[in-house]
Amino acid sequence: MSSLQDKLKKIAKPLKLPDGSPYLSLSLEKTSALADEFGIGKSSVETTALGEEITPERYARNMKSFSFEDQMKLLNANIGVVGLGGLGGVVCEILARLGIGKLTLIDGDAFQDSNLNRQFLCTEEGMGGSKAGAAAGRIKKINSSVAVQAYDEFINEQSVLEQIRSCDAVADCLDTIHTRFILERAVKTAGIPLVSGAVSGSWGQATTIFPEDTGFQSIYGNRATIPDKGSEAVMGCLAFVVTLIASIESSEIVKVILKKGALLRNRLFVADLTDNIFEIFHI
Amino acid sequence: MTSQKPFIDLKLFAALKRFAVKIPDPCPISPGITVGELLHTLGIPVDQVRLIFINGIKGDFSSVLNGNERLGIFPSVGGG
Repeated sequence: MSSLQDKLKKIAKPLKLPDGSPYLSLSLEKTSALADEFGIGKSSVETTALGEEITPERYARNMKSFSFEDQMKLLNANIGVVGLGGLGGVVCEILARLGIGKLTLIDGDAFQDSNLNRQFLCTEEGMGGSKAGAAAGRIKKINSSVAVQAYDEFINEQSVLEQIRSCDAVADCLDTIHTRFILERAVKTAGIPLVSGAVSGSWGQATTIFPEDTGFQSIYGNRATIPDKGSEAVMGCLAFVVTLIASIESSEIVKVILKKGALLRNRLFVADLTDNIFEIFHI
Repeated sequence: MTSQKPFIDLKLFAALKRFAVKIPDPCPISPGITVGELLHTLGIPVDQVRLIFINGIKGDFSSVLNGNERLGIFPSVGGG
């Protein structure tokens, strides 16, 4: 019986990228067939292929930005997404398409009508359904190689540490300042980097916090004296700024995993889409 | 020679933006005024102010303005 590596080399198809550069491609269909034949997950087939410098076709348009090794690192990463509303829904969508291997999801909320203006996971037919269930379903539809661990419960101090302990990084997509501090404490205890985004009206901000960084205190002040809701209680949130900040968070997550590029550590990215102001402040 | 008051470039963000309509742009200041004093003079509720940036660097209510600064004032933002 031939090994998976041998099989992959035999069936990989020589193709060309739009710029003419050649590569060996593995289709989605063949990935599934090999997973069935060898009794392993599709993700294992994809990482083995990348090890042989064969590109799973679903990641072909990533490969000018990511090396084979980079894409393997993403497939081996476990990212927490905490909060599955506006920011979290888009972060899940992007991370699943990028090929993050495992997503750990936490949110106990259910969809209501007012979520429809900005939450991509919220649909008319899914009204009243759980956000964690919708996120898991959407990820499965986009990329069934992604392993999903979904917790249909609100973040709480008792269980969050265990839930995120095995993550390589966590995306804070929560909607209250109080719960953001709960999450920050857990990720710092676990020694995991945290990427945080927040939105209000046409305004958004994002930052990246490593365990040794000051973190939320330098943005929100002393935990004991902060209000639970910020400016968004007055302003609501608009979809275009939600997706912008979710994109910044996803990009930061990838750079944390790949250890490449500039991070927003001790910096606050801010965007005001009404006046087209984009700035990075030292905090 | 006429003496002219110096100006700053004041930007109010997110929910604080609604207070900007009554403030001239650029905003005249008395040199040596603190950020807290200026906000009080302009009628901006300081209990809603969370972050203060002067020329891109974090400041606070006691930071002194002399003119020509870019002053950014932010409320807490926590929505997701």
